[in-house]
Amino acid sequence: MLGPFDLALVWSSLPELASGLVVTLQLTLLTILGGIVLSVPLGVLRTAPSKWVSGPIWAYTYFFRGTPMLIQLFLIYYGLAQFKAVRGSGLWFILREGYWCCLIAFTLNTAAYTIEIIAGALRNVPLADIEAARAMGMSPFAILRRIKFPIALRILFPAYTNEVVFILQSTSLASLVTVMDLTGVARVIIARTFSPYELFITIGLVYLALTYLTLWGFRRVEAHLYRHLRGRPVAVVEGPALR
Amino acid sequence: MPSFLDLKGYGHLLIDGAMITLSVGVAAMAVALSLGIMGALARLSSHAALRGLGTTYATVIRGIPELVLMLLVYYGGTVLLQWLLSLGGGDVRVDLNAFLAGTLVLGFVYGAYATEIFRGAFLAIPKGQVEAAHAYGMTNGQVFFRIKLPQAWRLAIPGLGNLWLTLLKATSITSVIGLTELARQADLIKAPTKMPFTVFFAASLLYLAMTAISDLVRIRAERWASSGFRRS
Amino acid sequence: MAMEVGPPRGLRRAGPGPRQAVIIGCETATFTNWGTPMKPLKLVALALAFAALAGIAHAEKKKLIIATEGAYPPYNFVAADGSLQGFDVDFAKALCSKLDADCDIIKQDWDGMIPGLIAKKYDVIVASMGILPEREEKIDFSIPYYQSPTGLVASKAAAIKTGADGFVDPESLAGKKIGVQRATAYETFAKEKWPKAEVVVYDSSESADLDMTAGRIDARFDDFIVLQTGILSGDSKDDFERIGNIWGEKAFGSKGEGIGVRKGEKDLLEAINKAILDMRADGTYKQINDKYFDFDIYGG
Repeated sequence: MLGPFDLALVWSSLPELASGLVVTLQLTLLTILGGIVLSVPLGVLRTAPSKWVSGPIWAYTYFFRGTPMLIQLFLIYYGLAQFKAVRGSGLWFILREGYWCCLIAFTLNTAAYTIEIIAGALRNVPLADIEAARAMGMSPFAILRRIKFPIALRILFPAYTNEVVFILQSTSLASLVTVMDLTGVARVIIARTFSPYELFITIGLVYLALTYLTLWGFRRVEAHLYRHLRGRPVAVVEGPALR
Repeated sequence: MPSFLDLKGYGHLLIDGAMITLSVGVAAMAVALSLGIMGALARLSSHAALRGLGTTYATVIRGIPELVLMLLVYYGGTVLLQWLLSLGGGDVRVDLNAFLAGTLVLGFVYGAYATEIFRGAFLAIPKGQVEAAHAYGMTNGQVFFRIKLPQAWRLAIPGLGNLWLTLLKATSITSVIGLTELARQADLIKAPTKMPFTVFFAASLLYLAMTAISDLVRIRAERWASSGFRRS
Repeated sequence: MAMEVGPPRGLRRAGPGPRQAVIIGCETATFTNWGTPMKPLKLVALALAFAALAGIAHAEKKKLIIATEGAYPPYNFVAADGSLQGFDVDFAKALCSKLDADCDIIKQDWDGMIPGLIAKKYDVIVASMGILPEREEKIDFSIPYYQSPTGLVASKAAAIKTGADGFVDPESLAGKKIGVQRATAYETFAKEKWPKAEVVVYDSSESADLDMTAGRIDARFDDFIVLQTGILSGDSKDDFERIGNIWGEKAFGSKGEGIGVRKGEKDLLEAINKAILDMRADGTYKQINDKYFDFDIYGG
């Protein structure tokens, strides 16, 4: 029943898997970019004193953090097509592609988490630093740019590293909406060859390598950025943590 | 049932699915907690082999997407069990059904995160307490059950609350192996109802209700857990 | 520890809490004894070893678990009450009474259909599965129990044309998106014969139909009865049309739709073949056939 691990099959599948890997990496990078574009301004506004500003952003992050990404993806991919108005609109040429639906769903999802990470970090910037800047006559925008952002970035770095790893792993959901990412390609090969182990173990190892490469890379960047702070306690990330 | 959840008569399937979601979530959480405590003890053990095992587990599992692990265990796990059993000879069927596979995989994955949470909690218990307990003549077992575990629970509660919320959402992944939980039911009835948006939106509201209630419980539990500790 | 095999997984109604977990955790684990019974000693040893993981019980009566897909109307689908219905399901039930077996019909995703059978998750596949050479390498098939007609349905806006041979013109498919189900003869055929088209694979025909209705793909290639029941009868049926002739099973190298069993289960296979012929002879087949089709799908 349990045949030998078919290395030849793995070898012959590598070109196909490589094309899937490219899609996985693309999705990850574009989601990260989209997430940053969306979450930096919204993260700042999330800390606004007015409830009229922070309230709607809270509602958005609450919904996206309180429901599974899978459902969000299906809501956008299958759900939006329910409405004739959407299908007739100019947006449809984007929404008709599974790839774009993934990008939109993943971006909205990661932005929700990143907004809270940014807002949390901004709230934790020491008040003394802000008061000192104010005393020096800095404008609110200058304080944000020159004091709050740099300090918040240092605070949020470990949490954001984790978020990136989460996105990387979550892109595997793209295979459920016709996208041929690493997991999607593997499933097509399995359907043809009936060899679940070989393929799932292979892509599992690829994801594992990507995860720890990402963690290692981000830690290097963090160590480089904050080398002048050496000696101060820095959060240790040994592996991915919960979001 | 509210009419918007009726969905041409298919709505009750979503409620059924939500029940299975909760069941698989609770069962997986129990597995995760057990594995987490064992994993943490292994990682903090003085035996190098146990330490290695605990660390490998926590490291490898957290590096692979749940979806891939789920598919691997569901399609591969049964055949592996079959093979192990066939070593004893005979014609045997062991069905790793969707519920069991889902529970085991989720429990296994989140056990890796629980390992890290408990490890942190055990490390946070002041050494002096353990030394004092030993000085009183307590055995290692007594120290663990009377001193370490009760405090580790409290210290771990914020992390475990988060673990539960993440796990609850991750149960949706079990839909890919055919477990008829909430996400699966929604996926099944999207076509017959021809109302995919309504179906998935209703499903997301059910998830939101579950996570919102869990979150309230988590906040209370955290307050309870921190009540005994004085802020210094 | 005689444990009843529970109701089919797809039909199971949820009960609250952990009790459900225990019940489900123990279900559907039995010995299959189509040949010699197991030696008691081995049984005890194995039961001790694995009873904790999955319940194991003796097969006192002939018990069969049958898998179908449940997303392929009118052959097999899930009804509003959550039950499995359709031609395959009725056929499977009739088959069971012919075999005098105690049956459970369960839902299994198409992708995992053959691996699941090999892994003994179930004993029989009744899921409109074509008898293809590459499948015959993995499992055994009964004689065909029906002949599936295959059609191509395209959106009128896509301007896909019929060629000189009466079938779709491959040139007019250039750059068009054709939706097929993953791991089917349709997928292989489309990728091979229409290299200029973009073949999009779906986990189920239902998902592909939804995307066709949504306008994500230009054409659907599938069993024509499925297409008729699906996109050609929905609200936007006027947007779609059949292109060219209907393909027979031979075009795909298939002998027809067969019932799948694990390799080596000779007795079971013979019993199934006999049951199919019996059902043809005594009118059972016609009764089921007429519930779904206005022609005889058994073919000549």
